[in-house]
Amino acid sequence: MTEREIKKAVTKLSPIDVYKLLPRTNCKECGEPNCMAFAAKLVNREVSLEDCLPILKKEHGKAYKKLQDMLAPVIKEITIGTGDHSVKIGGKLVMYRHEFTYHNPVALALDVTDELPLHPRFSGEEALIDRVKKVENFLYNYIGRDLTLDMIAIRSTSNDPTVFKSAVENVAKVTKLPLILCALDSNVMEAGLVAVQDRRPLLYAATKDNWNNMAELALMYNCPLGVFAPNDLNLLKSLVKTLIEYGVEDLVLDPGTFVDEGLSDTVNNFTMVRRNAFKGGDDLFGFPLIGTPITAWFGGKDSKEMLAWKEAYIACILMSRYADVLIMHSLDGWVQLPTVIWRFNIYTDPRKPVSVDSGLYTFGKPDKMSPLMLTTNYSLTYFTVESDLKKFGGDYYLVVADTEGLSVESAVAGRYLTAELIAEAVKKSGVAEKIKHKYLIIPGRAARLSGEIEDELKNVGLSGWRVMVGPRDSSGIAKFLDETWPPKEEENE
Amino acid sequence: MKPLGKKGAKEKAAATELTGLLELLGLEGKREIELEDVELSIGELILQSAATIVAPRVTTPPAVLAPPKVKPTAILEAPFTPFVQEYPGQVREVTLGATKSEGGSRGKTVVIGGAITPAFYLFEKAAPHPPVITVDTFDMQVRLPKAIRMYVEEVWDDPAAWAKIAVDKWGADLITVHLLSTDPLIKDTPPAEAAKTVEEVLQAVDVPLIIGGCGDPKKDAEVFMKVAEVAEGERVLLSSLTLDMGETGVLEGVAKAAEKYGHLVLSFTALDLNRARELNRKLYDYIPEDRIIMDLTTAALGYGLEYSFTIHERARIAALMGDSELQHPTLAGTTNAWAARETWLKLGPEWEPRRLRGPLWETTTALALLLAGVDVFMMMHPDAIRTMRKVIQQLMSRSKPKPDKIANWVNARIKGEDEHDREGN
Repeated sequence: MTEREIKKAVTKLSPIDVYKLLPRTNCKECGEPNCMAFAAKLVNREVSLEDCLPILKKEHGKAYKKLQDMLAPVIKEITIGTGDHSVKIGGKLVMYRHEFTYHNPVALALDVTDELPLHPRFSGEEALIDRVKKVENFLYNYIGRDLTLDMIAIRSTSNDPTVFKSAVENVAKVTKLPLILCALDSNVMEAGLVAVQDRRPLLYAATKDNWNNMAELALMYNCPLGVFAPNDLNLLKSLVKTLIEYGVEDLVLDPGTFVDEGLSDTVNNFTMVRRNAFKGGDDLFGFPLIGTPITAWFGGKDSKEMLAWKEAYIACILMSRYADVLIMHSLDGWVQLPTVIWRFNIYTDPRKPVSVDSGLYTFGKPDKMSPLMLTTNYSLTYFTVESDLKKFGGDYYLVVADTEGLSVESAVAGRYLTAELIAEAVKKSGVAEKIKHKYLIIPGRAARLSGEIEDELKNVGLSGWRVMVGPRDSSGIAKFLDETWPPKEEENE
Repeated sequence: MKPLGKKGAKEKAAATELTGLLELLGLEGKREIELEDVELSIGELILQSAATIVAPRVTTPPAVLAPPKVKPTAILEAPFTPFVQEYPGQVREVTLGATKSEGGSRGKTVVIGGAITPAFYLFEKAAPHPPVITVDTFDMQVRLPKAIRMYVEEVWDDPAAWAKIAVDKWGADLITVHLLSTDPLIKDTPPAEAAKTVEEVLQAVDVPLIIGGCGDPKKDAEVFMKVAEVAEGERVLLSSLTLDMGETGVLEGVAKAAEKYGHLVLSFTALDLNRARELNRKLYDYIPEDRIIMDLTTAALGYGLEYSFTIHERARIAALMGDSELQHPTLAGTTNAWAARETWLKLGPEWEPRRLRGPLWETTTALALLLAGVDVFMMMHPDAIRTMRKVIQQLMSRSKPKPDKIANWVNARIKGEDEHDREGN
């Protein structure tokens, strides 16, 4: 029970709790000014315990062990792959996002089968190498961040060890992405595993029928092992207990993903497993969860689009309900886009403020004739505009108005962004002294304020100013400026 | 790089542990050690050097060692019992709409709220009422993405006709009439004319209504008061009442009118539970608590959905833990999903088609909030609505699926992917 109490307190740890166990020599070896500062960062997970070199010394062995326990996440962190080509899953400190921050974003694995031809046999046929390369090359730039996919799951649909082995070899040749080997027959699994024995793939999966053979493989090759017990948490827990007794330490739990009938069982199972680990002190469930939205593709008579649609929303549901790794099939951009963005979003720090500082921002090296634009201080609005402006290149002024963290549309609707406020923001920014022209480009979504803004600018002493209505979305700024900047009248002067 | 990397540190720590272990086992100094069924997470290197490690003198008595592990030969039973919790609080139930016998003219009423557990925790207790969907209609032509416009082109500026399609074809539980044209900066439609629009929709469909304003606190107050009077007894939801109305001095009037004519109010605040509580407290002075629904602000996926998700999860847990000022059902303006550029922007061929990308955005925005506990969803696209209805129905009851259904997914072939028909709507 003491173990449970310690883990419960993980997010309630105070720097003092940690400080008491540190060497308290203020040696600064960790780069912090003193042990207390290090303790504060440790509690916030901004540094790792091993950054404190003295604690690793023999005389602090006990304290080190205590600290390790104290800081250990309830959900074990498991590494799939090795070195630079690995992905960490689990490591969760909390059940609900608002309690702290979710660690280790959901790893997204896309499947290939061992029956895919290596190269297309005829035009249009999907092939192994193409598909692996597509997974590797998937990229979406979202507010300046590159969102990508993480892993390849190789499924044995042939059930033939030789075929599986050769497919795994071929995949391993073309990609360094971490791998999941999917085969329920341990002979098939072993054949594939031998081909990538130094890459620490996730073995999927141990079941009630094959668990001892799979356990042997996991031990022999030092690989994490999936545990698959569809809609049977008694079995899942029993298998975990058995495998731990067997000596396998890195497990990934799959309570089964049912996408139609049984969706509520799936959501409840994921929730119960996670909740028992966090609130019930159930150590056997303190492992990452794997979901398989790919099951949307089996057994249904729906069209391809409908199946892909289902897979996409099941992925989003499971990410919101505690999945740590997902295996998917569709590589369509429209399917993966909400998946990678929602993953990025829920793994941001919930303490991150909704707004950025208001005031004047510059991009490039703006001069007296550079365009002047305006947006709001909602962080996602600002970051969107910022990433677009950086992408276009060029020199701009940007006034960020304080709308208490609302987007342009909401702020205009809710009267947080008014003509008066805009005029004041421009005046206060001091940009008028930096530029020679008198043009303010406002977001298209604030178009209806344009007339009023000119009047209000006059009221704050900026007479003769003109408002230009920009595009409704900052992705259109480059085109807009191509067509309108510099303004005609200015050219004539 | 630091002199001792993480790996080095771990090895060193492990070596320390091992030294102790060897000593406890009485093995120090021995040249050959055979360990059976013992898990070591360190490399061979350390084992080989074990003999040369100078073991510290240990004065504490040796701890009792666990017996060496024997590999199990059969599955060890570990029965599972779900951790369940009692919650001291409950979300209030709110009834939308009123039938003839209740003083209105609706065909049926819609009851929401009443949650006694987090959303869809069927292992604790099922919620008494399912979440519901209200479809947006507008009293003027608004900008609509093509993916939606194709379904409503003919009823674009006719909320009554739009409402009929939404109820008859898409299965809307409620209809929202956004009186956008009342905006002083748009058409400045007078309250009486706006109220007439509401009457038309009341006649066109018999589901309960939500009445949306334009966002201008003073104008909204005038419009809502007129609508409240004209729709007396219909128990419509006025969307929305804000702290801004309080500052402008019009909140009391609207809230009192809602109370007098038997309507509900939507208490709207921007992602801030303290302000949500503050507004609710103000409203309690004028209107019964079971006539208030909360809107905590819905941002689109990619544009802050995580803030909305987290604030709804927090609000619901706080409500269940007894915070009475947050014990109101919640509404999400899911249609805000369409503000995300990913719903309509040309992003290149690999991201097409937009006719799926857009509605999937609305769907996933709604689903995240569904799991956070939201009770009413403002929606627009028929495919998103259909999916939500299906998922809600599926999540409300357990079906105990047979494991066989997916037990062999690993080696199942995805047949004839290219033979599938294109999606038929």
